[in-house]
Amino acid sequence: MGEILYLIPLFPLLGFLANGLLGRWLSERQSGMVASMAVLGSFMISAQALLALLALPEEQRLFTQSLFAWIPVGALQIDIGYTFDPLSAVMTMVVSGVGLLIHIYSIGYMHGDPGIRRYFSFLNLFTFMMLTLVLADNLVLLFLGWEGVGLCSYLLIGFWFDDEAKARAGMKAFIVNRIGDAGFIVAMVLLYTQFGTLSITEIAQAAPGAQVGRGFFTAVTMLMFLGATGKSAQIPLYVWLPDAMAGPTPVSALIHAATMVTAGVYLIARNSVLFTLAPATMMLVAIIGILTAFYAATIAVTQNDIKKVLAYSTISQLGYMFTAVGVGAFSAGIFHLMTHAFFKGLLFLGAGSVIHGLKGEQDMGKMGGLKEYLPTTYWTMTVGVLAISGIPGLSGFFSKDEILWSAFSQHEGFRWIWLLGVLTAGLTAFYMSRLLFRTFYGEATWKETHKPHESPSVMTIPLVLLAFLSIFGGYVGIPEVLGGINRFHHFLQPVLASYPIVSESAQHGSHLLELLLMAVSILIVLAGLYYAYRIYVRRPSLAEDLAQRLKPAYKLSFNKYYIDEVYDHLIVQPFTALASFSWKWFDVQVVDGTVNESGRSIGRLSALIRRIQNGFIQHYASIILLGVIFILLYLLLD
Amino acid sequence: MTSILFYIFAVFVLGAGLFVVLNRNPIYSVVGLVFAFMNLAAMYFLLEAYFIGILQVLIYAGAIMVLFLFVVMLLNVQPDKPRPGLVHLDRWWYALMALVFVGVFLVLVGEGTRMLLTSPAGEAIQTGNVASVGEALFTQYLLPFEIASLLLTVALVGTVFLAKRKV
Amino acid sequence: MVVPIYHVLIFAALLFVIGVIGVLFRRSAIIVFMSIEIMLNAVNLAFIAFSRYHGNVNGQVFVFFIMTLAAVEVAVGLAIIISLFRNLQTSDITEIHMMKH
Repeated sequence: MGEILYLIPLFPLLGFLANGLLGRWLSERQSGMVASMAVLGSFMISAQALLALLALPEEQRLFTQSLFAWIPVGALQIDIGYTFDPLSAVMTMVVSGVGLLIHIYSIGYMHGDPGIRRYFSFLNLFTFMMLTLVLADNLVLLFLGWEGVGLCSYLLIGFWFDDEAKARAGMKAFIVNRIGDAGFIVAMVLLYTQFGTLSITEIAQAAPGAQVGRGFFTAVTMLMFLGATGKSAQIPLYVWLPDAMAGPTPVSALIHAATMVTAGVYLIARNSVLFTLAPATMMLVAIIGILTAFYAATIAVTQNDIKKVLAYSTISQLGYMFTAVGVGAFSAGIFHLMTHAFFKGLLFLGAGSVIHGLKGEQDMGKMGGLKEYLPTTYWTMTVGVLAISGIPGLSGFFSKDEILWSAFSQHEGFRWIWLLGVLTAGLTAFYMSRLLFRTFYGEATWKETHKPHESPSVMTIPLVLLAFLSIFGGYVGIPEVLGGINRFHHFLQPVLASYPIVSESAQHGSHLLELLLMAVSILIVLAGLYYAYRIYVRRPSLAEDLAQRLKPAYKLSFNKYYIDEVYDHLIVQPFTALASFSWKWFDVQVVDGTVNESGRSIGRLSALIRRIQNGFIQHYASIILLGVIFILLYLLLD
Repeated sequence: MTSILFYIFAVFVLGAGLFVVLNRNPIYSVVGLVFAFMNLAAMYFLLEAYFIGILQVLIYAGAIMVLFLFVVMLLNVQPDKPRPGLVHLDRWWYALMALVFVGVFLVLVGEGTRMLLTSPAGEAIQTGNVASVGEALFTQYLLPFEIASLLLTVALVGTVFLAKRKV
Repeated sequence: MVVPIYHVLIFAALLFVIGVIGVLFRRSAIIVFMSIEIMLNAVNLAFIAFSRYHGNVNGQVFVFFIMTLAAVEVAVGLAIIISLFRNLQTSDITEIHMMKH
């Protein structure tokens, strides 16, 4: 099975080349078909590999393939090598599966766009890079994928680059990510100097017995986590993700919800051995995660742009995943990653369907009453909202609850994390149902001139499939307390490090306590749903009243805590001033001066040397003779 | 006897060479060069390189020099006229180069031959007959030999192309 | 053999120098060409001398190839001189200097 692993990333690469180089000869529909077939190929191979993996006994579940030496420099040997273990399997299935649905959806959504071939080639390139990232067996190849998805993200956010704001949003995403990537690179260098290899498995084997201080692993993991905060939009580097909504909506669904932004979580899970050796980093990861989750949720409550709400919701859900890996529940983090890919992909595509139906309108203040016009979108999005809120029986419930229970049971000192997590769950239920109610219920506030229409079936079928996944995707990980056996956890366990559980109460496994906590969180979620219903359906005027009464808090949240402005004043403006100074003085005077002067002096020198080339053969012969003289002198003196 | 003949031929070659270089009339130069090549062939014989000696007469003194003669006559080259006025600056430069070269070159040859004198001479075996040269050509140097024939073909085509009046 | 090899070599060096002087100072392209032939022959003589001295046939094989090359060179070179002469009505190389910078 290992020897066909290369096909998984190869198909999208071929799709990228086909659309990128031969796109002009493809019709719009062929272009979309080529891209979708490429991802379908990846999905089929991945599924086959997953089945082969499941057929093996637990401890042998690993396929590897090394294609060729990529960077052989001295002792450093970096291969293009792929690893397919349970963790990679989950990621590959999510990327290719959800990616496939989004590719198909895009055929409908991007219909008629003049840049559609460019769009599909970028989307295929993204899939290729993402698959490289999750299949890589060494950190450098992983980093290649990591940067590659960042590049595609930039290209696709700024897809409509003739709008300057959108082009700028792409640049912002790229630059903010660079800060995190610098951390990643330094972490790799540190690991290489210590272990002499960059293979993930070799490092994981060598790390526990390494003769280094605890500080080393803390430094390495902190730097990696910095990389993860950039890619996965956590505090303090989350600011790019809301702006990234400038891209086409399927891109937001694929890159900025389902796959790329979860790369940070994957990175930590992939290097779980290193992270468990650095408890300080783990604690920081958990704290940053839960703070991000709560903070982003409070912003999402007041946003009016449908995609902005979903963007902040994504940041918040990513915070949950980081909380999970931070408290050592790696499999719970990956579980939530998977279910989140399903329901957030669904919600974004649903929002895309609404935007499509309203001819590009994104403001929820100009929607409302769409229930009759977009029936399929309506019921699928309802499923998504219920899933993300954590209604029992849907996928979000199982994964979110596992995270909350892990946070509670891990350590007595982490109980406040659980509390914040539950509050966030309530807020999530509130703002997601607010989105649903404001879009599909109430009075229609859109203009009569363009009647909304339901999207074509090429768009609604992916919605339906994702809705099914959102409902049933959680059943692979039913916790033991509810009578399941948590197959997902056991499937992933062999490749993840286990973090010793400290809490006494959890060790003795009080099922009653777990059920009680579950009930509390369900109650809070239901409360969130109820209040949203009361405010936005029963008495729409209440929203205005509340906003007036809580004006300072409302304004703070509505303006995203002014973080963009703070960053602008503290970082961007001083930096721009410095850059402008360097440009006007250093660049113009010193750099340009040097270049111009060297050009001029070469000109003068050439005018001198030019006279040698005078066209007289005997002159040339005499110069040959001069050379011969030098050679003879050398022989003579040697 | 052999060595006296050798020195006589050597003087003839040097004299003919100077004649070629210093004479103003190209026709005389050509004739002088033929004479020099003939004498060189004689020296090859004395050095027991019979095959090369014969080739020298056939190819150099024969074919190549006839070609020179044809061209000189075809172009109807007139004897150089002495150049009036100042000697050009370049001439001094050439003279300097030539002088330095001659000095360095001769010193190096002297050094080299002094080293040769101290090293023992090899067995003077019968090397010059056609059989031994032919054997080397058709065994060890077969590929260069074939490539040389290709080179001749290329030269043939090139020459025809260059000398044609209109392409 | 009675002639010491270094006499042959010094003779070859002198012949080579004569060739060099011809190349540097003569203005007629044909004479320059002939001077080059003299230089080639000086080298040939040195090869033959070494071949004799070491009792090795390789030197003569080399001379054979040099002769082939000389024939080729003369044929092409003279063709070039002819076409130059046809276009410029001169074979004085100090008057032919179109190829400068």
